[in-house]
Amino acid sequence: MSNLVVLPLLTPILTGILLIFVRNVSAQRWVSGAGALLNVIISALLVNQVSEQGILTLYMGGWEPPFGIVFVADWLSALLVLTTSVIVFASVLYASASIGADRTKHYFYAFMQLITVGVIGSFLTGDIFNLFVCFEVMLIASYALLVLGGEKRQLRESIKYLLINIVSSTMFVVSMAYLYAVLGTLNMADIAVRVAEADQAGILNVIAVLLLFVFALKAGLFLFYWLPGSYSAPPAAVTALFGALLTKVGVYALIRTFTLMFAYDPAFTHTLIGWLGGITMVLGSLGAIAYRDVPRILIYNIVIAVGFLCFGLSLANAAALSGVIYYLIHDMIAKGLLFMLGGMLATAAGTEKLSGMGGLIARYPALGWMTFVAGLSLVGVPPLSGFIGKLLVVQGGFEAEQYGMTAVALASSLFVLLSMLKLFMGAFWGEPQASAAPTGRSFQAGLYVPAALLLAIVVLLGVGAEWLGDYVARASDVLLNPSRYIEAVLKG
Amino acid sequence: METWMAVMIGILFAVGTYMILTRSLLRVILGTAMLTHGVHLLLLTMSGLKTGAPPLLGEEAGKYIDPLPQALILTSIVISFGVTSFFFVLAYRTYQDLGTNDPEQLRGGDHE
Repeated sequence: MSNLVVLPLLTPILTGILLIFVRNVSAQRWVSGAGALLNVIISALLVNQVSEQGILTLYMGGWEPPFGIVFVADWLSALLVLTTSVIVFASVLYASASIGADRTKHYFYAFMQLITVGVIGSFLTGDIFNLFVCFEVMLIASYALLVLGGEKRQLRESIKYLLINIVSSTMFVVSMAYLYAVLGTLNMADIAVRVAEADQAGILNVIAVLLLFVFALKAGLFLFYWLPGSYSAPPAAVTALFGALLTKVGVYALIRTFTLMFAYDPAFTHTLIGWLGGITMVLGSLGAIAYRDVPRILIYNIVIAVGFLCFGLSLANAAALSGVIYYLIHDMIAKGLLFMLGGMLATAAGTEKLSGMGGLIARYPALGWMTFVAGLSLVGVPPLSGFIGKLLVVQGGFEAEQYGMTAVALASSLFVLLSMLKLFMGAFWGEPQASAAPTGRSFQAGLYVPAALLLAIVVLLGVGAEWLGDYVARASDVLLNPSRYIEAVLKG
Repeated sequence: METWMAVMIGILFAVGTYMILTRSLLRVILGTAMLTHGVHLLLLTMSGLKTGAPPLLGEEAGKYIDPLPQALILTSIVISFGVTSFFFVLAYRTYQDLGTNDPEQLRGGDHE
């Protein structure tokens, strides 16, 4: 029992509520920055305590599981909470220098804190209905952030995003109703015990596939057709937050569901996930090389990464799961970074289309080099953070003798490289475009600060992979042996 | 009783799906409301119907109904109420700004 488990959730809630009452624009920036920084410190404490004491649990209201709601911080959750709060801090810094007073007055920062509540709650909760509630908190805040500003494109894309998510949330509740009728429990650890006893077959596989459908829709695995439109509508500060966090929450839910609860029929469920991941990588690669505007190239790179992570999840061996954890953390930070750089790029050039850019390296050398390094880390070039995750997943693929699918995963890296090269060459090389010059304007230098922060983390994660290795190994150990998680929750 | 509820839930799901697929935003929103009503009835049915007792435990309760699904339904109703009202406002704003309530016209393109 440790109250620290709920603090990363409590800080953004209280900051968000406080922000509703703060009317002054610069005061809002300072309060949300301070709140986000405080949450980074608390999350770091949580990571530290988990590494010292093992899995931490907190029974809400003293109701012991499986009856009450339990919050669980294992190695994976703690690590993701820390990553999330770092990204939120960077996004708040980025928003302070790019979001205008009109959006700020309409509670932009409060919604940013509330989306953090949903994301961190989803990572920490040990109760599947509470997971649904946290998803909804996150989604409702994301609807608001998506539509705030009220541009025509935002309105149009919000409607599609809203409809897709209402339908998938409905399906989530349907799967929960079935789950409760069959197993009589909603506590994840207890579900895992009962699924193991019932030998996962028949109706339980139906529920597993329903959950796969729900989380795949949220994560952008295979069913990602809503994603490119809605992610390109809001301003860059919001897209960075969405791209870094929202789909990854879906991936986390998939990891929890299929390593803890429904891990007993891998021949059926994991094969399905593997195939979906493979198809997603292929379709994402096609999108990434087909489009010629900055946001869409980056958005299709999210899709490729989700496919890659799910392929790693489907292998379910030690190397692949460690790789998935490494790559998940890397991808959250690298995607946040790239969307920030993409937003700066679009502001500088005055257009999102690559055809209107060119020659920006002369005016913005720092931006050029940062984009270059971030792009390389996404591809997985050795000293940077993407490499170790990809290496481990590929190693896991060979161990599981999935040669064909591993080849697809490696080929998708080549397409990532191709799309990043296209972006870099189109935007920074060549002659400056005369037509784009009048609309392009310089952005505030303050935008470099969060981007540099995330870039430093990308480099550190790569160079210091050894330092993180022990922690990740223990995280993947819990995923491989769900009994550790179950024991910690039910007997904690 | 459960059989009739199953039929009822099936009808609600069918109507909801049909309405979501129509070409009017208002009907789409009502369709999502139908769908969520169906889900709430499903949750209710899953806990077992007609045990003839309230969801309360006395000192020596002989029979009672499981209160948890009712709590779940309540949570879900609150969420779907909020989301549906937001959806209505959003659809109205979209109609004002874009001048259409046909989802087909909201497709968008690369020309912008």
